[in-house]
Amino acid sequence: MKLIELKDITKTYFLGEIDVPVLKGITLSIDKGEYVALMGASGSGKSTLMNILGCLDRQTTGDYLLDGEEVGRASGDRRALVRNQKIGFVFQSFNLLPRTTALENVIMPLSYTAGNLSRRECRERGIAMLRRVGLSDRIYHYPSQLSGGQQQRVAIARALVNRPPVLFADEPTGNLDSKTSEEVMQMFSELNAEGITVILVTHSVEIANFAKRSIHVQDGRIVSGTYEGKAVQS
Amino acid sequence: MTVFSTIHVAFKALLRNPTRALLTTLGIVIGIAAVITMMEIGNGSSQSIKSSIEKMGANTILVLPGASRRGGVSQGSGSRMTLTPEDCEAILRECTTVGRAVPVVNGQGYQAISGNINYAPRQISGSAPDFLEIRNWEIEEGRNFTEREVEARSRVCLVGSTIVREVFGGRSPIDSELRIKDTAFKVIGVLKSKGANMMGADEDDIIIAPWTTVRLRLTGLKTGTATDTTSIAATSPSDLYPAEGIAFYPEPTENAETDTLLVPKFIQVDMILMTAVSPDKVGDVEEEVTALLRERHRLKADEENDFHIRNSAEFMKMLTGTSAVMTNLLLGVALISLIVGGVGIMNIMLVSVTERTREIGLRMAVGARSRDILQQFLIESMVLCLVGGVVGILLGHGSALLVQKYLNWPIISSPEAVVAAVVVSAAVGVVFGFYPAWKASRLDPIEALRYE
Repeated sequence: MKLIELKDITKTYFLGEIDVPVLKGITLSIDKGEYVALMGASGSGKSTLMNILGCLDRQTTGDYLLDGEEVGRASGDRRALVRNQKIGFVFQSFNLLPRTTALENVIMPLSYTAGNLSRRECRERGIAMLRRVGLSDRIYHYPSQLSGGQQQRVAIARALVNRPPVLFADEPTGNLDSKTSEEVMQMFSELNAEGITVILVTHSVEIANFAKRSIHVQDGRIVSGTYEGKAVQS
Repeated sequence: MTVFSTIHVAFKALLRNPTRALLTTLGIVIGIAAVITMMEIGNGSSQSIKSSIEKMGANTILVLPGASRRGGVSQGSGSRMTLTPEDCEAILRECTTVGRAVPVVNGQGYQAISGNINYAPRQISGSAPDFLEIRNWEIEEGRNFTEREVEARSRVCLVGSTIVREVFGGRSPIDSELRIKDTAFKVIGVLKSKGANMMGADEDDIIIAPWTTVRLRLTGLKTGTATDTTSIAATSPSDLYPAEGIAFYPEPTENAETDTLLVPKFIQVDMILMTAVSPDKVGDVEEEVTALLRERHRLKADEENDFHIRNSAEFMKMLTGTSAVMTNLLLGVALISLIVGGVGIMNIMLVSVTERTREIGLRMAVGARSRDILQQFLIESMVLCLVGGVVGILLGHGSALLVQKYLNWPIISSPEAVVAAVVVSAAVGVVFGFYPAWKASRLDPIEALRYE
């Protein structure tokens, strides 16, 4: 079953008189439960692709179907709801709110959820998520009192709190040392095993090797893909 | 996002930097405090003016003589003596809406002497027995003088409590002698203390005697003069007091009488004081008295009134009007400080939006709509202003209480001002918070997340 379907996506930035084409026709489909690494050098367009996939940016032409729904041309409010319900984000720099407890950070997305949960339900769900990422003893700690790995795990708990089908991670280990990187990647693998689609953006082959499928982007096009180590024609 | 949870988030966001929040809202605190203090002091002063006018006697109406015009120059009110005791009698007789009316004559600058004490009272008034009733004044000790004593020009007087203190050293002055301008008066009554009037003058520094006594024995006849441009029906003194048989002038011989043109001489009063039968009839009294006096003074239709009518309501309006102007002026200044405070809020909110760009980007990435961000920042600035408003209300009320305690100014707390202050501070929050909030809601989440 296809979760994500891109059909001939292009993205062009119009900077004054010069048009800068960043994505030049990307066709791609990702099934539910896949573990994909999006690879490419800086400037290749992988971040732009990631932003379009994450409903943060809109394509110039082409269609983007997420869960069977065209989201690229949906209204701003609809896309906000999609981000809230169907997508979880993990960033390179964690992006936790300062001077706010781990729990408050985790349940922050719930305050934008239409189906209102009571404050107690929110707290319970937040605590369950922190337990799942192994931080049940750090619930009331502030980000400044947590290590980088712990902060990233709080961010993962936050991304998962609305039980989205797909998780985007933009260089999730970029600010971590190799040992904590390993821990965090292990966590992604576990989540994927539980059925969550995980899409990683990275330029590191080591990290990409955790994924079952990798897609190489170069100069705004997909140049090659591998599936469990085997090259496939894109 | 519910409003309640947004308010919760706003409080948290503000508490992350309490010093800054406090300093930001200081402008609002000062503005609101100033408004509240001004309102309470303003209300208090207009209330005290009202009560002092009521003390003077409610629904009283004064008729004052008009201004004379000499060679085209107005000499000011009272420069022409146009009111006579007969006017007063006519008013009582013919105007149905007038309850009581008395003539009043004033003497100033006289000394009252008792034993070895010389004292210059602020005022020596001559009037009729009803004067006390009209002025709402009571007798503390002794009795009022009578109509009979007025007719007889009796040398009796009532004294205020200041006179008792200053001249008689606090002892009961009843039946004592008080000499004024070589005339010995017998004190027959002491007036109840009234305190200072609204101009601050001591009302109890007064001697009241029958008006005939004051006019004829102290101040002398004030007469109309032939140079006044308006002539008034002449009444000779002999007409006024036929029974007394007093010759004010040497009786002219028959020859002299035919040879000399009689210069009109008549008794004048300084003021006629009256009350309406009921407070809502004050307007009717003015109409009736004006019509009557115009007729009596033989004024042609195109001539100005040669008298003025004042009522206490008018006087009250004038005084409260003055204090309202002052209050409004100060209120204006306070409102300007609120605007300045609002600009401070806007400034800090803009800084806060810039500082929290990443937070805004993150909130958008996890599903906040533009309007959620707008609402969050609007509520934050409103909370900031409302907290400032509440602190300002307390501070303003506190300083009004201090003013009352140490300056003895009357204050009246005003619930309307408190409601207005809350509304105004919320409005300042919305108005000055809107631009920063709008800016925040327009941010591009990608740019915002990348912002360092």
